[in-house]
Amino acid sequence: MPEPPVIELSRVCRRFPARPPVRALHEVSLRVDRGDHVAVMGPSGSGKSTLLNVLGLLDRPTSGRYLLDGVETTTLRDGARTRLRGDRIGFVFQSFHLLPHRSVVENVMLAEIYGGPARRGRRERALAALERVGVAHRAAFAPNLLSGGERQRVAIARALMGQPSLLLCDEPTGNLDSRSTGAVLDLFDGLREQGLTIVLITHEQEVGERARRRVRITDGVLVEE
Amino acid sequence: MRVRDLVGEAVAGVLARPVRSALTTLGTVLGITTLVVTLGVAATAGNQIVGRFDELVATAITVEVPESTGTPLVTWDAVERLTRLRGVESAAAVAEPEEGESLPVRANDLVDPTRVTTRSLTVLAATTGLPEAARGRMVRGRFYDSGHVRRGDRVAVIGDEAARMLGITRLDRAPAVFVGKHAYTVIGVLGDLRRERSLSTAVIVPPTAGRRFGLRDVTRVLVNTGLGAADLIAGQAPTALSPGNGDMLQVITPPSPTRARDGAQDDVDALFLILGLVSLVVGAVGIANVTLVTVMERVPEIGLRRSLGAARRHIAAQFLLESTLIGLTGGVIGTALGVVAVVAISAVKQWTPLLDVRLAVAAPVAGALVGLLAGLHPALRASRMEPVDALR
Repeated sequence: MPEPPVIELSRVCRRFPARPPVRALHEVSLRVDRGDHVAVMGPSGSGKSTLLNVLGLLDRPTSGRYLLDGVETTTLRDGARTRLRGDRIGFVFQSFHLLPHRSVVENVMLAEIYGGPARRGRRERALAALERVGVAHRAAFAPNLLSGGERQRVAIARALMGQPSLLLCDEPTGNLDSRSTGAVLDLFDGLREQGLTIVLITHEQEVGERARRRVRITDGVLVEE
Repeated sequence: MRVRDLVGEAVAGVLARPVRSALTTLGTVLGITTLVVTLGVAATAGNQIVGRFDELVATAITVEVPESTGTPLVTWDAVERLTRLRGVESAAAVAEPEEGESLPVRANDLVDPTRVTTRSLTVLAATTGLPEAARGRMVRGRFYDSGHVRRGDRVAVIGDEAARMLGITRLDRAPAVFVGKHAYTVIGVLGDLRRERSLSTAVIVPPTAGRRFGLRDVTRVLVNTGLGAADLIAGQAPTALSPGNGDMLQVITPPSPTRARDGAQDDVDALFLILGLVSLVVGAVGIANVTLVTVMERVPEIGLRRSLGAARRHIAAQFLLESTLIGLTGGVIGTALGVVAVVAISAVKQWTPLLDVRLAVAAPVAGALVGLLAGLHPALRASRMEPVDALR
């Protein structure tokens, strides 16, 4: 039996109740296989964030089907979706979302608190994840002492902690200068070569061009480039 | 989610803003301190009051003998029978003049225009056990004994106030006092009275001498009992004093110690209790407010935790535990301060501090409960937050 695709969206719609109803996603179909590196491009207000929320199981589509690792998610209850989200998806946010009062390594360890493996060896696994993104030397620092690029790499290390099937990145370079952007994009390339599936949302052309595959979303309609 | 992880996250959340957390505990600290001090001091003071009752009042019995025509209800030698009862420590029979009646008493016959030499004093007759029965002592000289009584000697013992008023300062020259026309040799001065303080201004004569002033019959019997024997002796005394007419005597007994204790407990200053409870409510409102503000500040953190796989109940549990920890901390500090205050107050008042162990355990628990209740609303709000909104 062939491995199911990581993401399989078929005819997904998401409407927001308003007058008239806002059509954020319309008949979106998308298939992302293991090891893919997909950039979702589009201007602001085009439905990028809605798509990311649907992909990240943070929001439910109004209609259509969404299979994550072959699991139908649209019919799952809240608790099951939360568990699936914790197990399969690693999030990387534009604003990093690091807890300011905890050290870098503690921030990474946070990924295993909700339903991860046993406590034993958690710090070692976090240090290994930091090693993987190249900021292990910053492990004991407070996040606000790090540069933007370093902070984003810590956030990526945190996303990698749970061995996710999918790395979901929302404008990961939006707050970074061009040098840090380059370093983070290099890191994504390396991770993809290691077999990780990456979906990244951006409105920056040069970031999108580094991806192997690009899709464009305009007014809720998805088009392959 | 493991309990250890939950506790770790909650502790880290509280310690992340140490100054704010410390200020938030203040309301609980004040409330719990007030409660512990109020209850502790009330218990301590209540115990002291009971202790004083035990010492003086709880052992004092007075038997009132009504006037009778014909044969007296209580004879002078009846006190002998009373002192043989087990539990009686001292007893004395007294014959007092009718209400407020006093006699002119003077120390000598000299006419000295510069001072008042004639005083109006109470003269009463008493049996030989009076100094002990009145819980006093002989300041000077001695009390008369059964020999004086039997012989009908004209001797008198005067109270220390009476001695001062009459100008009697020494006894070695056998001073006399004149009651009416008769002279009596003063052989002792009675003072330091802890019962029947009015005796300090009285002239006391033996029963055989008292007949001259109409002090014929016993009017009152003073009894002191051992601790705890008062009720028993109160029942037995009338029969011992007047075997045939015991029910005609009036026995005045001290309030029983248990009742004294209840009364003291009732005196617990309700105002302070209310004050403590109000402080607790204010503390709870403070915790609720600050936790709500903290929740609003930490919306992105809530979103992040949800994205990491935290269920709603995990978010709720963390904020609840944080507010409970703040309440518990306030409770522990408040209890400690309260106990120190109770001990300090007791030290100043020279009381024995009395603290219920259950209070010391219950007070921090009450603090934690306050924190838990205060955290309910903020925790529910945090858990109801949609991750999409929280991450926006």
